[in-house]
Amino acid sequence: MSDPTLGKAVTFKGGGFAPRPRRWVGFVVFVSLILIAEWGTRAGWISALTLPRPSDVLDTFRQLYDSGLLAKHLGPSLSRLLVGAAIGASVGISVGVLIGLFSYIRSGLVPLVAAIFPIPKIALLPLFVIWFGIGEGSKYALIAFGTFTPTVVATYGAVDNVDRTLIRMGQSFGLSWWSIVRKIVLPGAMPGILSGLRISLAIAIILLVAAEMLGAEFGIGAYILEAGSLYDLERLFAGVAILSILGVVMSALIGLIERRMLNWRT
Amino acid sequence: MDIRLDGITHSYDSFEVLRDISLDIPSGQIVCIVGPSGCGKSTLLRFIGGLERPSVGRVLQLGEPPEGCLNPLTYIFQDFALLPWRSVEGNISLVLEDHGIRGTGAREIIDSVLTRTKLSDFAKALPKQLSGGMKQRVAIARALAVNPAVMLMDEPLSALDSQTRELLMDDLVDLWTRQPFTAVYVTHNLAEAVRLGHRVVVLSRRPGQIREVVDIERPLAERGFGDADLDAAQQHLWTLMREEARAADAELINV
Ligand SMILES: Nc1ncnc2c1ncn2[C@@H]1O[C@H](COP(=O)(O)OP(=O)(O)O)[C@@H](O)[C@H]1O
Ligand SMILES: [Mg+2]
Repeated sequence: MSDPTLGKAVTFKGGGFAPRPRRWVGFVVFVSLILIAEWGTRAGWISALTLPRPSDVLDTFRQLYDSGLLAKHLGPSLSRLLVGAAIGASVGISVGVLIGLFSYIRSGLVPLVAAIFPIPKIALLPLFVIWFGIGEGSKYALIAFGTFTPTVVATYGAVDNVDRTLIRMGQSFGLSWWSIVRKIVLPGAMPGILSGLRISLAIAIILLVAAEMLGAEFGIGAYILEAGSLYDLERLFAGVAILSILGVVMSALIGLIERRMLNWRT
Repeated sequence: MDIRLDGITHSYDSFEVLRDISLDIPSGQIVCIVGPSGCGKSTLLRFIGGLERPSVGRVLQLGEPPEGCLNPLTYIFQDFALLPWRSVEGNISLVLEDHGIRGTGAREIIDSVLTRTKLSDFAKALPKQLSGGMKQRVAIARALAVNPAVMLMDEPLSALDSQTRELLMDDLVDLWTRQPFTAVYVTHNLAEAVRLGHRVVVLSRRPGQIREVVDIERPLAERGFGDADLDAAQQHLWTLMREEARAADAELINV
């Protein structure tokens, strides 16, 4: 045997490619960006016209909250978001499943969806106003339409990816068509549908602002647009921060659902 | 209930896979089908199970399935085909739900098949927590739950390591000895065929034709390692298959 102390350790080449959640890192990134902005605006190397001071934004936010205006703006926005996204996502999931299951529907609708997808839905706002009126209807429609297309695409992709041997298994045990869809196809497609929903909901928030451009007295979008037209950067940023928080909350919610519903994944 | 294959020929487009297969599968026996890979064994099993139709010929069911049989022709798949989002008992209740069996009725069946496959302690486990051998035992339990007239097994042990395979073969022999079942067992492993088969059907390379049918008389429970007659049978099967396997292996795959 040779002397083991003479040996050289084998170079480690493994590791990596396996991101794991590190909760606090995201938080640190946020906080340090805000601190840098605060420092810059106070020290003067960021001018007040470039970026509002974070502490001022926070102050504006507090005023908004204290005056009760926050609830007044947030309420209608949330209900628009909820109704619009619920309609868009549920119709999107149903149509996506149908595209995934039936040849004729697939051949008929996939090109249509591809044609609709790249249209900026905001451009259609005047059309929606004519169809659904200036009230809530056109806002629901815009958000629903915007969430519909990405949901469809994600859903039929997810249905395509459901393990065919599981479906054959269901058939060989004589399960009804509806049982196979409900107990095999839908749960199997759930991971893909949920990750599609993440994108759809972010798009829904973007479209919320667009929808509130027209004839909305209250709403986060209306608030931001008003602040923007007055060049009131503090209020603009307060509004934008609310949208960001909304996005983070949505994403966390989906993450929670994923951990609950998809704990079977390896 | 017996199964009769009557002159089955099949082509995918112009690509002939099976030619003139006629075969009887008597009730209470395990019929093994062996043959080189690509000779159409899985295709034949899909015909028997009614998942596909042959271009020519028929699969006949002789006699009625026994009382209490929920799904006469029941599959066991090579890759287990368990729903990963359902627990062990959930996977079994899946195939009962559509027959309206729920609650205590389902509970009784599930408990009984889990006991027979020695899985009682794992009723609540998810498939991702189980080893390959246990997964296949869950699949066997699921098949037993519908009380099949004929079990159709497509290389059920091929995804497992050799020790697990031995254990599961013992389990299958036990199950059969306690309560004989009818099975068509597809494999490319000759040791499995002589261990489990009452009758071994050797297919030629594609297009698959029946080369020979070998009956093995010795009762399943008495078969073990190193039995001279089993070794002889396995040797005989290998001489039949060697040329076919070599030729099949050397063929260009034009798909
Ligand atoms: N659905 C299909 N369409 C076209 N060719 C197929 C299909 N299924 C199987 N085949 C072909 O038929 C031949 C037999 O396949 P298979 O029955 O799976 O063989 P085995 O199970 O004996 O290995 C193979 O060459 C395979 O490529
Ligand atoms: Mg096969």
